Amino acid sequence: MKNIFVFKLSVFILCLIPLGLGLWDGMSHQLTADPIEEILHRTGIWAFRLLLVTLLMTPLKVLTGWIHWIRIRRLLGLFTFFYATLHLTTYVWLDIQLNWPQFLEDIIKRPYITVGMVAWFIMLPMAITSNRYMIKKLGKHWKPLHRLIYMVVILACFHFLWLVKSDLTEPLIYTAIGLSLLLFRLIQNHHDKKS
Amino acid sequence: MKFKNTHKDHEVTDESIYRQRRQLVKTGIIGMGTLAINPSLALTLGQPQKNTSFNIEDTTSEKDATTYNNFYEFGLGKDEPAENAHTLATNSWTIEVSGHAKKTGIFDLEKIVKQMSLEERIYRMRCVEAWSMVIPWLGFKLADLIKYFEPTSQAKYIYFETLYDPTQMPGQKSRSIPWPYREGLRMDEAMNELTLVTVGMYGKILPNQNGAPLRLIVPWKYGFKGIKSIKKIAFVDKQPLNSWQAIAPQEYGFFANVNPNVDHPRWSQKTERRITGSFSFFRSRIDTQLFNGYGAYVADLYHGMNLTKYY
Repeated sequence: MKNIFVFKLSVFILCLIPLGLGLWDGMSHQLTADPIEEILHRTGIWAFRLLLVTLLMTPLKVLTGWIHWIRIRRLLGLFTFFYATLHLTTYVWLDIQLNWPQFLEDIIKRPYITVGMVAWFIMLPMAITSNRYMIKKLGKHWKPLHRLIYMVVILACFHFLWLVKSDLTEPLIYTAIGLSLLLFRLIQNHHDKKS
Repeated sequence: MKFKNTHKDHEVTDESIYRQRRQLVKTGIIGMGTLAINPSLALTLGQPQKNTSFNIEDTTSEKDATTYNNFYEFGLGKDEPAENAHTLATNSWTIEVSGHAKKTGIFDLEKIVKQMSLEERIYRMRCVEAWSMVIPWLGFKLADLIKYFEPTSQAKYIYFETLYDPTQMPGQKSRSIPWPYREGLRMDEAMNELTLVTVGMYGKILPNQNGAPLRLIVPWKYGFKGIKSIKKIAFVDKQPLNSWQAIAPQEYGFFANVNPNVDHPRWSQKTERRITGSFSFFRSRIDTQLFNGYGAYVADLYHGMNLTKYY
């Protein structure tokens, strides 16, 4: 039990490192010539990375046989939401300077912003219902709600693919990892039904 | 050379700063070694900022302008050109000129520059990615260079090509875009008094990552029109296919005039993030101006043209 606590705490601290580095770089003027663009990129990429790591816990459990991977899944999921929220806040507040007509226009007219926004709105109820009380209260509805995370992965892939100017290498790598994690579940599901 | 004065008094650089800049140009000239230039023709252009609720338009720091670059020949990251461009060998640079002109062939850059009158001009530079800088360039009018080659009446457009040499430009080893980088201008755009060929910035010789030894600056167009490390020039009769138009024709056109009313399909062009020394997180965006604020000089070039269709 004590070891699990140490494990969770370590993951918690690890998840704070990108934020810490960002703050450090910000204070020492290391966020490139265009700091807002850099913050947007960093918060976005870390939200995506943590989303993939969150989805990696089930395959890790199955492949390693160590069940405790699942114990950090909620923590990772909440950090995903945390960085996604920082990402959204940076865009709305620092980038477009709370220009709400612009915000609405972006959501309607720009597909990569549309899917990004939808992804965040799907994660919001998941974050709210991630505590024990809500798990109990929602009962059998909890699992279907949290399965929407698969949708979030697909939306995140499109968000990344549609925003780059020319070179698709990086978003394609993330998409490949995301799809592999989804594929693992499909195979697993198929396997479970058979047996 | 007279420029129409459209700037309000408070927008014009005050004299002490102007003198400092003149000094900068002079010291720069010494540093430029073999490049013989005439400093008396230097002039400054453009400090206008109509929207006073944002920070006063000031020059981008040399550090920012030389470490935040789009120059895919040296990598896709904005910091990569500054790290990697040292492999570019700019000495004894030659330019190959071809097409509808009386003087064609291989030309020595140094000899050409000696015959041009260099000036310093401070221009706004608006990237199609919706960020912008204000940069003091050192260069000469493209019009003067064109006259030097004596193009014939068949020359309707001018075409440029960047050096192609993957050993010097490691980014060309990857197929991120079709190499070499290509750009072009309609002849009247090329002859416009604002269009510069630059060989320096901030009173110094052009750093490799900014397109040494010579690059184009077309301040009323998006930054990608400003082709870097020019190796070939051709006078042609048909509109050339520029690189970004070739890559994504639905997103980038031939003209690429800065226009807040014509959005990029994936992002708005109404505003821009201005990169200056007085950066603030909470006043980071300013309104983008039609033709990047240079309409008084260039709007006539596009009289009667549908700028939404010809983006």
